[in-house]
Amino acid sequence: MKIFLLRRALVLLPVMLLVSLFSFALIHMAPGDPAEILLTSPAGGADRAAVEDFRTKMGFDQPLPVQYLRWLGRAIQGDLGYSYMTGQPVCSAILASFESTLRLSLLSMVLSLLASIPLGIWSAMRPGSFPDHIGRWLALLGVSVPNFWLAYLLILMFAIHLKWFPVAGYGNGGDLMHMVLPAIALGAASASVTIRLMRSSMLDVLQQDYILAARAKGLGGWQVALGHAMKNALIPVATISGLNFGYMLNGSVVVETIFAWPGIGGLVVSSIYQRDYPMIQGVTLFVALLFLSINLLVDLFYAVLNPGIRYERE
Amino acid sequence: MRENNSRRQMLLGFMILSAIALVAFFAGMIAPHEPNQTNLGERLSPPSWQYPFGNDNLGRCILSRIIFAARISLYIGVVVVSLSLLIGVALGSIAGYFGGLLDELIMRFVDAFLAFPSMFLALAVIGLMGPGLSNLILALVVVEWTGYARMVRGEVISLKGKEFLEAARSLGAKDSYILVRHVLPNVLAPVLVMSALGIGFTILAASGLSFLGLGVQPGIPEWGSMLDDGRLYLRVAPHLMIFPGLAITITVLAFNLLGEGLRDELNPRFGSSIHEDAA
Repeated sequence: MKIFLLRRALVLLPVMLLVSLFSFALIHMAPGDPAEILLTSPAGGADRAAVEDFRTKMGFDQPLPVQYLRWLGRAIQGDLGYSYMTGQPVCSAILASFESTLRLSLLSMVLSLLASIPLGIWSAMRPGSFPDHIGRWLALLGVSVPNFWLAYLLILMFAIHLKWFPVAGYGNGGDLMHMVLPAIALGAASASVTIRLMRSSMLDVLQQDYILAARAKGLGGWQVALGHAMKNALIPVATISGLNFGYMLNGSVVVETIFAWPGIGGLVVSSIYQRDYPMIQGVTLFVALLFLSINLLVDLFYAVLNPGIRYERE
Repeated sequence: MRENNSRRQMLLGFMILSAIALVAFFAGMIAPHEPNQTNLGERLSPPSWQYPFGNDNLGRCILSRIIFAARISLYIGVVVVSLSLLIGVALGSIAGYFGGLLDELIMRFVDAFLAFPSMFLALAVIGLMGPGLSNLILALVVVEWTGYARMVRGEVISLKGKEFLEAARSLGAKDSYILVRHVLPNVLAPVLVMSALGIGFTILAASGLSFLGLGVQPGIPEWGSMLDDGRLYLRVAPHLMIFPGLAITITVLAFNLLGEGLRDELNPRFGSSIHEDAA
C-alpha cells in the first residue's frame, strides 16, 4: 500500500509542475503588459514612469524563469497575488467562494443520489420493465439537457409559477431554500450517470453465488436486493460520486452564474468579464489541484477496497 | 433483445441527426423569415401562425433563428471533434506504439491538461484569447484532444504484440507503415463511438459558453446566445427560452443515442473478431 501511494504521488509531481507552468503562462500570454494593465484606470492611460517603477517592484522585469520560480514559491505559501478589480488577495477570495460551491455541490450530490439509487435498483430488479425504460430515458435526457436551460425551466416552474423557491440569490448566508433549485440543476447530469451505473452494478451483484444462497434461504427478491445486494452494488457508485463531484465544478460555472450563487464557478466567469487575470490564474490553478486531489482520493479508495489494483504495473 | 434495443437507439439517433443536418443545409429554403430581420412591432410576440415559435426581444422570428443556428452548432461540433481527433489520434498512437520515454512525456502532458476541469480550462483559454467563434473552437479543442489521445493510446497498447503486427514487421514493414495501415484501422470503432458522443458534448459546451457571452458573438444566430437573449424576459415571454433549449436538447440527445447505440453494437466484438479479421 505504501509503495502504491508513493508511486501514485511520484506520477503526480511532474503533472503538478506542468499544471503550475500552464497557470503561470496564463498571465504572461494575456494581451498587454501586466504592469500596464494593472495601472490603467478607466479615466485614462497609465503614467509611463509609474509603470516602469511598478514593473521593477513587482519583478516583471526579471527573466521569465526567475519570475516563474518566485511565483511558484509564493503560490506554495498560498500567496496567489491580488485581484485587479478589488485588490483583495486572490487566495482568500477563492477559499471563500469555494466554501459556497462546496455547500451547493454537497446538497446536489445528496439529491442526485437520493433520486438515482432507488431508480437504479428498481431498473435492475425488473430489466425491460416500465421503470427500467423510464430510468433509461431519464438517464439519456439528463446528460443531453443543457444545465443552463434546465436551470431556467426550474426557475420558470418552481420560482415564478409555483413560487415555492426564490428565483436566485444567496439569501441568508446561502440557506436551504436558495440552494434547492441550483442543486437540482447542478446534479441532474451526475444523477443520470449514477442511475445507469447503479443498474448495471446491481445486475452484476445479483448474479453472484451468495445472492443465490440468500434466495435459497427463502428470502424474497426485494429482501435480497436491499439487504444483501445493495451494499456491494454501491461500491462503484461511491467511486463515481467522487468523480461526479469533480464534474460538478464544471456545472457550477453556468449554474452559479444563473442563480447568482457566490461560488467558484461564478467567480471565474466574472473575472473573465473583468479581465481580472490574477483571479483567473488563481482559480485555474486551484481547481486543477482540487481535481487532482479528488482523483487521487478516488484511486486510494479503490485501492483500499480492491487490493488487486495495488500490485498492478509491478 | 438488448442488441435490438441498441440498434433501434442508434437508428433513432441517426434519423434525428439526418433531419437536423437537412434542415441546417437547406436553412435558407425552410426558414419562414430572415433570421436577423428585426420587426419591433412583433416584439416578444407569442407563437402564432405567421411566427410558429414567436418573436424575440427584437421581433426576430425565433423559428428561423433556430433553423439557421443548427448550422453553427453542427459546424462547431464537427470541426472541434475533427481537430481534436487529429491531434489526439496522432499523439495517442505514437505514445502507445513506441512506448518508453516518448510515451511518458506525451502522457504526462495529457495528464496535465486533464487535471483542469474542462469548463475552467476552456474559460481560461477564452479569458486569454478573448471571445469569438475561432477562439471558442480553439478552447474546446484544447479541452477535448486529451480524451482521444488517452483512449487511442490504450487501444494501441492492447493491440501491441498481436500476431498480425508481428507478421507485418517480419515482412519488413516500417513503423510508420504499420501504424497507419495496421494499427489505426483497428482503433476506428472506439474512435467512432467517442466522436459521436464528443460532438454532443461539444455542442453542449459551445452553447454554454455562448450563453455566457463568451462564445459565438451576437449577429450569428446561435442556440446558446438565443437563450442568453431570452433570460431577461423569462417572466413575460418564456417562449424565447423554451424553443432554443429544446433544439439543443434534441440535437445532443440524438448524438448520445447514436454514440451509445454504436457502443453497444460494437462492444461485444472488441478484442476478438474485429482484430483477428483484420489480420
